[in-house]
Amino acid sequence: MSYFRAENLSLHFGGLKAVDAVSFAVEKGEILSIIGPNGAGKSSIFNLISRIYRPTSGRIFFEDQDITDEPPYDIAKLGIARTFQNIELFENATVLSNLLVGRHRHSTTRLWQELLFLPSVRANEKVHRRRVEQVIELLDLEPYRDKLISGLPYGVRKVIELARALCSEPKLILLDEPSSGLNVEETDDMSFWIRDLKNELGITVLMVEHDMSLVNRVSDRVIALNYGRVLAMGSPAEVQQHPDVVAAYLGA
Amino acid sequence: MRFLFKTDYEDDIRLFPHSGYVVTYGVLLALLLIAPYVLSSYLMSQLVFVCIYATVGVALLILTGFTGQASLGHAAFLAIGAYTAAYLQKYNVPFPVYFLAAGALTGIVGALVGFPALRLTGIYLVIATISMALIVEEILARWESVTNGNEGMRIKTLSLLGVTVPRDSPTFYFLCLAVLVLTIVGTLNLLRSPTGRAFVAIRDSETAARSMGINVALYKVKSFAISAAITGFAGVLFAHKLSFISPEMFTLQLSIEFIIVILIGGTFSLHGAVLGAIFIVMIDPFLTYLKDDMPGIIAGIAATFGAGPATAGNIQSKVAAFASLNGLKGAIYGIIIVLFVLFEPLGLYGRWLKIKLFFQLFPLYKRATFKRQKIYVKSERNR
Repeated sequence: MSYFRAENLSLHFGGLKAVDAVSFAVEKGEILSIIGPNGAGKSSIFNLISRIYRPTSGRIFFEDQDITDEPPYDIAKLGIARTFQNIELFENATVLSNLLVGRHRHSTTRLWQELLFLPSVRANEKVHRRRVEQVIELLDLEPYRDKLISGLPYGVRKVIELARALCSEPKLILLDEPSSGLNVEETDDMSFWIRDLKNELGITVLMVEHDMSLVNRVSDRVIALNYGRVLAMGSPAEVQQHPDVVAAYLGA
Repeated sequence: MRFLFKTDYEDDIRLFPHSGYVVTYGVLLALLLIAPYVLSSYLMSQLVFVCIYATVGVALLILTGFTGQASLGHAAFLAIGAYTAAYLQKYNVPFPVYFLAAGALTGIVGALVGFPALRLTGIYLVIATISMALIVEEILARWESVTNGNEGMRIKTLSLLGVTVPRDSPTFYFLCLAVLVLTIVGTLNLLRSPTGRAFVAIRDSETAARSMGINVALYKVKSFAISAAITGFAGVLFAHKLSFISPEMFTLQLSIEFIIVILIGGTFSLHGAVLGAIFIVMIDPFLTYLKDDMPGIIAGIAATFGAGPATAGNIQSKVAAFASLNGLKGAIYGIIIVLFVLFEPLGLYGRWLKIKLFFQLFPLYKRATFKRQKIYVKSERNR
């Protein structure tokens, strides 16, 4: 059985088939990239997995459990974290509190305990704080801990989004265009970090990406989509030479 | 300038980041504790109202400032707290019991209001909360067997553990101060733990909050319930302070005053609630003073510029007539809100931070320092 599986996943907006009977599987510990032209349905698949949209039909399985009908907040509790293409950070909070929100799925304290800030809450906060610090160290975010997001440059925000997802200690991470808006050096850093996720933290990565050099460097396998359908699946080299993929990008 | 070197995770958790805070707040607390033995009874009465308004301000900050859910219905929560106290007093229920009962009942009502509010955002939520407030106002006026209708209810003098506490005694002031301080400490505790961070997350991006595992609906309801419960506690004190309550005290005007408290104080920090409360409580006597003395002053100025006694008298009576126009107070409030939103969206506390920074950095302060920091603008994407 695969680690993560989508079966005949469809999302229709009226007559528009944004995602049309897409099936794929992600093996534990691999980096799988989804590529495709604009409007191919890549981000829609992510939004289906994290339940921002409800699938028109099809099932999603994670660790042999059907998660199609789980509410959106439970998806994160299962260990699936994500980043957003257009950055959805908590703008008017500090970097530190943004990352601590990532720890939400591990919080066990009750409201009345928090009102009194009992020793148990304090102890938990310290654990959260230490985990967050480990992520900060991994992603070189030390200079920004107490800065407000609204004052930070785009490239840093992109890294903070990744950091926030990592703070939840996910098993599977969904990266929606991790390199969009980044310069060459920042993209290089990002590619090293994505490899690190897999090699050092053992996190499975599902990634949507346009930058083919990044895809080639990090992916184990690639899926090419167009008009909501799977065109090709396989190693990065295979997919890029597939005649349908070439046709989709360059025109027949 | 002071530079903080953090050496422990505790440094990010503790309430007072350094000893300077302990000194400042210690002095403030000492001043507040000796206040009843120094200030006049009129100022003490105003100070009690500041405590009550600040408590409601903190409650509203939790909901509006930190969770991003606007409410123009907090007068209704205050009313529910006040009427619960008045009703239970009739059956000789002791103060601690009806105080807690008022908070609990208001909290439950707040949670119930929170449910329909889950699907509403922005201006629609404001309309929903206004409707809730109007409904409560109407119920208070019509449910005569419980609320005594428009005739209102009398509140007996507070009796705490067998000791009577008149509404203008220092003890009553200390009680209000204690409720305010406990509310602030509780809220600060909440804000530095997972629930408070979930509130802020919902304010800034619901989509991201959801994908981080936050049950947005549950936390919105929690925020409504906590905010309402605190307002209910304040309502009990409010009722005791006024010693008489009737439905026309808890109108939309009062809800707007609460919004002014946090808008003028500053929506991003609890300091704002206290500063805003001082402002709103003190502006009333100030306006009365203007109303009484302004016509005379203006007539005097006119006289010095060569107006005859008849003209000056004419001016005086015209200004006096204008000053006693109906609804002038509301208009002044409106102008104040507009001016603050336009020119000082961070409120009085934001202004104070700027002044502080000016002296800390002197002579290097740049006006652009606060340019980027606006009050929160919620993401319009993926609603």
